[in-house]
Amino acid sequence: MSSRITRTLTIAAFAASLAACSSVPLDQSGAGGAGSDSASTGQIMDPFNPQSPLAQQRSVYFEFDSYAIPEQYRSVVEMHSNYLTSHQGQKVRIEGNADARGGTEYNLALGQRRSDAVARMMTLLGVNANQIEAISFGKERPKALGNTEADYAENRRADINYLR
Amino acid sequence: MTLSHASGLVARLWRRTAVAGLSFLFAAAATAPAAHAQLRVDISGVGATQYPIAIADFAGSSGTQVSEVIRADLTRSGQFRLISAAGAALDFQSTVSYGDWQSRGADYVAFGSIAQSGGQYTVSYRLVDAARKAELDQVAFNGTEAELRRISHRIADRIYEKITGVRGVFSTRIAYVLQTGNGYELQIADADGQNPQVMLRSRQSIISPAWSPDGSRLAYVSFESGKPVIYIQTLSTGQRAPAANYKGNNSAPAWSPDGSRLAIVLSRDGISQIYTINADGSDLRRVMRSPLIDTEPRFTPDGGSLVFTSDRGGNPQIYKVPVGGGEAQRLTFSGSYNISPRVSPDGSQLVYVTRRNGAFRIATMALNSGTEQLLTAGPDDQSPSYAPNGMQILYSSIQGGQSVLAVTSIDGRVKQTLSSLNGKVREPTWGPFTD
Repeated sequence: MSSRITRTLTIAAFAASLAACSSVPLDQSGAGGAGSDSASTGQIMDPFNPQSPLAQQRSVYFEFDSYAIPEQYRSVVEMHSNYLTSHQGQKVRIEGNADARGGTEYNLALGQRRSDAVARMMTLLGVNANQIEAISFGKERPKALGNTEADYAENRRADINYLR
Repeated sequence: MTLSHASGLVARLWRRTAVAGLSFLFAAAATAPAAHAQLRVDISGVGATQYPIAIADFAGSSGTQVSEVIRADLTRSGQFRLISAAGAALDFQSTVSYGDWQSRGADYVAFGSIAQSGGQYTVSYRLVDAARKAELDQVAFNGTEAELRRISHRIADRIYEKITGVRGVFSTRIAYVLQTGNGYELQIADADGQNPQVMLRSRQSIISPAWSPDGSRLAYVSFESGKPVIYIQTLSTGQRAPAANYKGNNSAPAWSPDGSRLAIVLSRDGISQIYTINADGSDLRRVMRSPLIDTEPRFTPDGGSLVFTSDRGGNPQIYKVPVGGGEAQRLTFSGSYNISPRVSPDGSQLVYVTRRNGAFRIATMALNSGTEQLLTAGPDDQSPSYAPNGMQILYSSIQGGQSVLAVTSIDGRVKQTLSSLNGKVREPTWGPFTD
């Protein structure tokens, strides 16, 4: 649970820093490429660089029985959408997950609702649908293996995975 | 009553080292080496009606083993009470003293002989009704030593059918996924959990195996490419090919009763929706447009409709819709979580998983009246499927912290578990009649 809290806090901090440049129009960030991303945020914007927020902030967590992207994760989706609109050759796979309770196939469908929610927000933010594939692992790849509420919450998640 | 067949189980633990160095994805034909670990069988409960029957040791070599398999089959059904045939010394030609068997308490007596010639075995059997003093059945089977178990199951099937009037399922097979620390194995085994064989070995998940109606092929979902893709594999050759590999998820395959088409679930247009497709992958058709999840389609036995799980009403419930699309009819109304439907072979019943007070339980519903019966107590019973004669239901269960397969009679009175020492047994599905 503590790692989850830490993550939430770092994401909240990053969201605050992103808010400072939220007036940058999407089409302008598209013209600049990686260099201007880096200049505008003071951070490395490279999904394959482990130091980059694009590599570090790749998960969206969902409330129980909910498929709306929580407010605190909208900035994460916006960050990736900005990168993808400016790197239209780059493809991502959005991988939805579900907690271990319940049926295999129904959980696969629930994970898909989570990945689809992220994919929809990305396309609304201007990302080309051809850059995105939303899939689900259902309950097949639990990140947390326990049976506590904290473990279940850890697995109600969609990950943004950049394809090489 | 508890009966165990775990002989040799510990001694024959799966030799994992033998496969560790092989490629992590391995498809096998049905002739591939066995999985080296039987499932352990435990039985509890008795049927409402129990037929008293004596199974004499068959005369000749391997006669005791054949009789043991028949006795175990009939006992497992919960519908028979075994009467000791110790010291009977009957062979196929014997004249039966009906009165003696009646005084022992046996209404029925089965006996026979095994003749062996150059590796070929002939198993002859007879079944008599001691109460009515009548001959009920006699037949002979030929086969190799390796086929003696299968012949024994065939004889048990005949005994079951002659006495109960319902076709036996002892010679049918089941498919399931064994999840170990090393990965996943798609296995098929005899209905008693014996003779397991590995059809596919993968480091990634394998889920939702589905038998073709003739028992020759399995459709299933494999995550080997990093996402769910539907494959069809021919059991006799091990040949496999993707049947649906569209953008997004490809899952929940179910065969039409004539084997020509599959109902499948795709997320190519967003969230999970139901489609049908030819078994060769051609002629994709979308069945419905639903605003929310539609999944787990299963054909009704007449092939005209699909039952499926949908959360279109706010929580997952079971619905029915014509295969060609149209108005969906809601079937389940009790509780807020009903999933994984299957229609019984005669079309009269539905089996599904229902969540009650946090426990996932197996339930059936009479389709004409809507009367529901809870068959199991949970806490995590999943993936129910009917035996092809409709008399039993196979499902996965957590018992004592272990993932096992379990079978319940459709009245819930008799239960058996099939467990493995090697890992979690998941996603079971009972195969069809094959002869």
